[in-house]
Amino acid sequence: MGWGEDAGGAARIDAMVQVDELTRRFGSLEAVRGVTFRVAPGEIFGFLGPNGAGKTTTINILCTLLRPTSGVATINGFDVVRQPSQVRRSIGLVFQQSTLDETLSAEQNLRLHAHAYGVPSATRERRIDELLTLVELRDRRKGSVRTFSGGMKRRLEIARGLLHHPRVLFLDEPTLGLDPQTRRRVWEYLAELRGREPLTIFLTTHYLDEADQCDRIAIIDHGRIVALDTPDGLKRGVGGDLITVSTADGLAAVDEIRQRYGVAPVVSDGTISFQVPAGETFLPDFVRSFSQPLEAISLRRPTLDDVFVQLTGREIRDDPPGVMAADRRAAA
Amino acid sequence: MTETFRGLWVVAYRDLLTFIGDRFRLLASLAFPLLFLAIFGGGFSEVIGRMAGGVGLLQFMYPGIIAQMVLTTSLFGGVSVVTDRETGFLREILVAPISRAGIVLGKVVGAAVVALLQVLALLGLAPIVGVPLDVELVVRLLPVVVLLSVALSGLGILIASFAPSQQGFQLLMQMLVFPMIFLAGVFFPVDRVPLWMEILSKLNPVTYGVDAVRQVFLGSGPAAAGLGVTVLGHTMTLVEEVALIGALGLVLVAAAVRSFGRQA
Repeated sequence: MGWGEDAGGAARIDAMVQVDELTRRFGSLEAVRGVTFRVAPGEIFGFLGPNGAGKTTTINILCTLLRPTSGVATINGFDVVRQPSQVRRSIGLVFQQSTLDETLSAEQNLRLHAHAYGVPSATRERRIDELLTLVELRDRRKGSVRTFSGGMKRRLEIARGLLHHPRVLFLDEPTLGLDPQTRRRVWEYLAELRGREPLTIFLTTHYLDEADQCDRIAIIDHGRIVALDTPDGLKRGVGGDLITVSTADGLAAVDEIRQRYGVAPVVSDGTISFQVPAGETFLPDFVRSFSQPLEAISLRRPTLDDVFVQLTGREIRDDPPGVMAADRRAAA
Repeated sequence: MTETFRGLWVVAYRDLLTFIGDRFRLLASLAFPLLFLAIFGGGFSEVIGRMAGGVGLLQFMYPGIIAQMVLTTSLFGGVSVVTDRETGFLREILVAPISRAGIVLGKVVGAAVVALLQVLALLGLAPIVGVPLDVELVVRLLPVVVLLSVALSGLGILIASFAPSQQGFQLLMQMLVFPMIFLAGVFFPVDRVPLWMEILSKLNPVTYGVDAVRQVFLGSGPAAAGLGVTVLGHTMTLVEEVALIGALGLVLVAAAVRSFGRQA
């Protein structure tokens, strides 16, 4: 089968990634437990969850490196178990750990990739040039990858992942271990790319600010999707904005808030906090009519962290070491 | 089939690029054979003098050294499978639309080409050692070298597909390579050693590779005169040895394809 035929053949599908009841077991450990979701063409879809939640295992199944124990997954209309070859042509990958050949130059790495994916020689050099320009490595194209910084390597990998015009770009923790500035640049490239090519992006992350940039997020915990919505939708689900006040007489203040607004305030460290649906209209009214003298008041919109805590009962950074080891084995 | 061919091409091409880019490895791969030739050949030829059939020690050893170099290069070719797994590059290869068999065949072909290049370099020494070279000899030598290299890189990849780490692989290889070289008749004729050594040597498939290369250089005369390999009273001919190595290569490469496909 020639390059490009299959990538264009399945253009009119509703879901670029379609996963139904996907399960993967490693011995007695169930890393992925009946996961179902769809990713629409052109969407940036994020998998958010702590280490060991099953993110990498799911990606490995989707990119044909791992067979599911049960369930079905298709990408670009191709089944990951029965049509691995078409799936592989449809996807580009950037893994957590570098998969570059460090003994070769940037250019040689890209050229090898082009050969492996059968990119026709007529367009190969132009495409390499275009992508090296995008990730700002054009003047380092002859440089040995060994001499590259972590950020440069990640950029080169993104360029390589896009070389064969994939329909879906998988990014497994794309900015892990990069400094904040480089992380921002990586996101700028991705935004630019999306404006240029019909690309669906599927990423896993445990950075909340990164998840915030996705069109939709699936929160995954212990191998299950516990929520799936837009970032705003997820935050709305938490139950509104958080108001925190400090007053001289805490008890009287708690009573007044409870009676007047019908909410149950939480007291901790001398501050009182409670949730209201629309904080910005609530606040002026509250300040005007509250009878106790206020010492301080603040309004905070819910973050994905709040969403995560509410759904799973813990912070996203909780990394139980046992589960991490299991995920690493799953990734190997 | 295209996926196998493309895999073969990409993997072999990349191994060659890496080899050419690594000048140290290029030199180091030639250092050992030169050392063997200079020290053993130089040190012992005066003591030993002419061997059966009027062959000098250097002329006897030189083909053996060529075979030994092919053995080392090919067996250690498998190490790239292990290093690629450790550096992560193997994943780039594994998710590409190329077949597992193509990857293994590419490694085998890459190792064979590297071995060929090294042999060509070593052939430059032939006049110094006093071995006459001609085109016909080289044309006959190369297929033997390729077959031997294919068989041994098959073995190397087979082992690499099980090896947990690079250190593990290197250790295992050292344990294998040295007995295989010393018990392959590189330095002395295997028909003229103590019985235990003779049995081990004749069970060692490399012995037949070494002898095949030697017969290409020296003809069948010296082999018949006692420098060859006699199995159950029959002196092995070049054709028999080449057939043996070819069959072994087929089995080992097939096993490597199977094992790599399952492990990866």
